[in-house]
Amino acid sequence: MSETYALHVNGKDHPVTDAWLGESLLYVLRERLGFPGAKAGCEQGECGSCSVLVDGTLVCACLVLAAASVGVEITTVEGLQPDARGAVSEVQRAFVETGAVQCGFCTPGLIVAVHALLERDPEPDDLAIREAISGNLCRCTGYGRILEAVGVAAAKRREAAR
Amino acid sequence: MTAGTETRIPGGIGQRAIRPDGVAKVRGEFSFAGDLWAEGMLWGQALRSPHPSARIRAIDIAPALAINGVHAVLTADDVPVNRYGLEHRDQPVLAGDFVRYAGEPVAVIAAEHPDTARRAAAAVVVDYDVLDPLVDAEAALDAPRIHPDGNFFRDLVIRRGDVDARGQIVVEGTYEIGMQDQAFMGPEAGLATPTSDGGVDLVVSTQWLHNDRDQIAECLGLAPELVHLTLGGVGGAFGAREDVSLHIHACLLATRTGRPVKIVYSRAESFLGHVHRHPAQIWMRHSARPDGELVSFDARILLDGGAYRSSSYHVTANAACFAAGPYRVPNAHVRAIAVRTNNPPCGAMRGFGVVQSCFAHEAQMDRLADACGIDRVELRLRNALAPGDELLTGQRIGGVLPVADVIRACAAMPLPAPAPDDVLARPGGSGRTATASDVRRGIGFAVGFKNLMYAEGYMDGSVARCRIDAGVVTVYCAAAEVGQGFVTLVQQIARTVLGVDDVIVAPADTTIGSAGSTSASRQTMMSGGAVEKACRAARAVLDARTASDEGGKLDLAALTAHEPVDVTEEYHHRLTHPLDADGQGDAHVSFACAAHRAVVDVDPELGLVRVVHLATAQDVGRVLNPLQVTGQIEGGIAQGVGLAVMEELIVQGGRVRNASFTDYLIPTALDAPTVEAVLIEEPEPGAPFGAKGVGEPPTISSTPAIVAAIRDASGAVCRRVPVRPRDITA
Repeated sequence: MSETYALHVNGKDHPVTDAWLGESLLYVLRERLGFPGAKAGCEQGECGSCSVLVDGTLVCACLVLAAASVGVEITTVEGLQPDARGAVSEVQRAFVETGAVQCGFCTPGLIVAVHALLERDPEPDDLAIREAISGNLCRCTGYGRILEAVGVAAAKRREAAR
Repeated sequence: MTAGTETRIPGGIGQRAIRPDGVAKVRGEFSFAGDLWAEGMLWGQALRSPHPSARIRAIDIAPALAINGVHAVLTADDVPVNRYGLEHRDQPVLAGDFVRYAGEPVAVIAAEHPDTARRAAAAVVVDYDVLDPLVDAEAALDAPRIHPDGNFFRDLVIRRGDVDARGQIVVEGTYEIGMQDQAFMGPEAGLATPTSDGGVDLVVSTQWLHNDRDQIAECLGLAPELVHLTLGGVGGAFGAREDVSLHIHACLLATRTGRPVKIVYSRAESFLGHVHRHPAQIWMRHSARPDGELVSFDARILLDGGAYRSSSYHVTANAACFAAGPYRVPNAHVRAIAVRTNNPPCGAMRGFGVVQSCFAHEAQMDRLADACGIDRVELRLRNALAPGDELLTGQRIGGVLPVADVIRACAAMPLPAPAPDDVLARPGGSGRTATASDVRRGIGFAVGFKNLMYAEGYMDGSVARCRIDAGVVTVYCAAAEVGQGFVTLVQQIARTVLGVDDVIVAPADTTIGSAGSTSASRQTMMSGGAVEKACRAARAVLDARTASDEGGKLDLAALTAHEPVDVTEEYHHRLTHPLDADGQGDAHVSFACAAHRAVVDVDPELGLVRVVHLATAQDVGRVLNPLQVTGQIEGGIAQGVGLAVMEELIVQGGRVRNASFTDYLIPTALDAPTVEAVLIEEPEPGAPFGAKGVGEPPTISSTPAIVAAIRDASGAVCRRVPVRPRDITA
C-alpha cells in the first residue's frame, strides 16, 4: 500500500511520494528525504543512534512510523546546526574538541540528545548527564570524553546566554 | 615528553590534534558505509540457517523469484569458488551441502526495496535434514569431524624449563569466559557496483581492504585487479570486521544483476554475521616459594572456535604465549586448544586471546598472594617481567616493558570518594532497588600484557605514499580508519616531518599497496611508520631542491610548483619466527603492558554491581595524541567492564538467544566508571616516534581487576565472566 504525504522536517515541508506505509520515520528521513544524520544502529529503540526531536521531544526515529508523523515538527541533527558549511553548535564544537568523537556512528544521536538535555536543564550535574544520555549507546569512547564535552558545551551555552 | 621528534607545529606529534573527520561526524554528514546510495541501486539480503547443523536436501528459490521487485536469488551453485576465510579458506560463501552454524548464509537476494528483499528471503524454501549439533568444546576433542578439515584449529603446547618443578605454595583453579561480542555501533554495510571491464567496485566497512579484496576475487573467479575496494565510513570494529561478512554476497549480486547492490545488516543479523570473542575454559596451577617467587606454571586453555577457523589459530597462540601474564616463570607447561563446533564462529576481538588468559592468571595471582601471606600488589612486583627476561616461549624481551612501573604507578593513584547518596549511583541504578546500607565497596588489582603486531614469522608491512603538488600535501594509505583516529595521526606525522599545517588524507582504497589490518594494535607502528617514511622521503626530495638552508621552514608551493614530489614507501618490522614443537621461539615483535585498579560497589544480597572507578597506568611508549590515547583507554576499559559484569552472547544448543541490544547489554553512560590514567612514557626503540599501540591493553586487565573488586566486596568466588547476580549471591 503506497501513499503520498508530507513531513515537516527542520522547518520545511518535504513531500513523500508513493511510499509504503510501513516505513519508519528513520527509513524515510534517510532513504527518501536525504537526511542521513540519524543512524540505524538497532532498529528497536535501544541504541539512540537515530535520535530526532518530534515537537521538541527526544524520540527514536526507528520506532515511529513516518506516516504517523504528519503534522508535527521533526528536527534532525541537520536542523540543529548553523547552515554554513562546516559551522557547528556549541555542543558539536565541544564534541570535536574534547575527543568525544571516535567512529562517530553514535555521535549525531548524542548531539540531538545533548541539545534536548541542555534545553531543559542548562546546568546538569554528572548523574543528570549520564541519565540523559543513557539511551544513547557508544561503543568506542567509554563515555568519558562525551561527559566532558557536555560539561564544556553547557558552560559555553550559559556564558553565551549571559 | 621524552625523546623523539619534538614539534612546535600545531597539530603535530604529541599534540591534542583534532580529528579531520570530526566536524563532518558531529554534523551528521560523514558518510558511513550504510549511508551509501547509487542510482538504480538494489538492496541485498541474506537468508540464514536457523539450524546449527543440518544437511541441505534442496532449496526452492522460485517462490522468492516470483515476488515483484526481486532481481536475483543466489545459492551455493551460483558461487564460482565457494570457499573463503581470513587465514584459511574453510568457509562456504553460501552453504551448499551442509550448514554448520545457526546463522550461516544459505541464499542471497537482491530486490528493489529492503523489505521486499526480506520478504523474498522468507519465501525461499530450504529442505533441511536437521542433525545433532556439536556444541560442547570438550566433546569436540573426541567427536567425529564436522568439517573435512577436522575439529582442531590448533593444539599448541609450550614447555619451558623443568615441567615437573614445584614450589611449596600451590594454587589451582578453573575459570570460564563467556562469549563476548564486539557490538560496534554501525552494522556491517557495503555497496557493490559492477564495472564495465567485468569487475566490481565495493565500498565497505572493514578492517583490512586488501585481504577482503583477495578473498572476493578468489570467490568470484576474478583477477584481483578487477576487484576494487574503497573504505566506507566504519562505525567501530574491535576485531569483528577482520573477517569477510557481506562483501562477497554484495559483489556476487552486483555482477549477476548488473546493478549496484547495497547490503546493510540489521542488528540481529550483525550479531549472527560476524565472529565473536572465543568462550574459554581454563585450568591453571601456579606454584611459588613461600616468599612468593613463582616456580612453576601449568595451564590448559580450551577455546571454542565455532564452526569455521577465522583467526582461531593465532588466538590460540596468544592465549598460550601470554597465559602466565607479565611475570617471570622459570618452569611451565601450557596446552592451548581451539576446536571446531557448531557454535557461532569466533575470531578476533580486542585483546585477541589474551583477555581470556588474563582473567584466569590474575585470579590466580590474587589467590597465590593470599596463600603466601603477601600483599597482592607486592606479589606482582616481586615477579614482574622486565626487559632481558624471557617469556614462556623463551623469547628474551628486547624492547621496553615497564611492568613494575605500571604496577607502582597504578597502585599509587588516589582512591575515589564514596558514592553520592543518589539512587542513580547505586548498584543496579534507579530500577534495581539496592539499599544504601547494604552496599559494600571493593577494590581489585590486575596487570596484563600483550604482543603488538602480528607474530610467528608473518611478513608484515604497510605502504604509504606522500604527494606534494603545488604545495598541497596528500597522504595515501590503505589503513582502515575504524574510529581509532589513524587519520589524525597521519596528519600529525606529515605536519611534523614536513613542517606544514594542512595535510589531506586520501580515502583508503586498493589502488595503493596493502597497509595490513587495523588490528593487533599495529597501525600506529606499521602504517604510522609507513607514513613517516614516505613523508621523510618527500622531505628529502624537497631538501635537495632547496638551494640553501632557509632555517627549516620550506616553501612547499614554490618547491613543487613545476614538478610534484610523489614518493611511495613500505615499512616492515623486524622478522619474527615460528614457535617450535615445545612452543619456543622468537615469535613476537613488541609488547605493551598495563595495570588496572577497580573500585566497585556491590549489593551482595541482590548480586548487583556498580563499577565506580578504574585507575590505570599504561605503557604507551610515547604519547602521540593525548586525546586519542585517552579515548582508547576509556573505550577499552568500558569493553572490559562489559565483559566483567554484563556482556555475554547466550548460545543454547548452538543458537544465539540474545541477538539484539535489548538482550545483549553493553555499558551505557550510567554503567561506565570514571577512568583516571597515568601514561608511562618510555619510547620503544625502533618504533616510529617511540610509540606503542594503545588499543588493546585497556581491555585486557580491566576485567580481572573489576572481578577482583567484586570478590573483595562480596566474598563471592566468581570464577566466571561475566559475573552474574547469582554468582555473587550463591
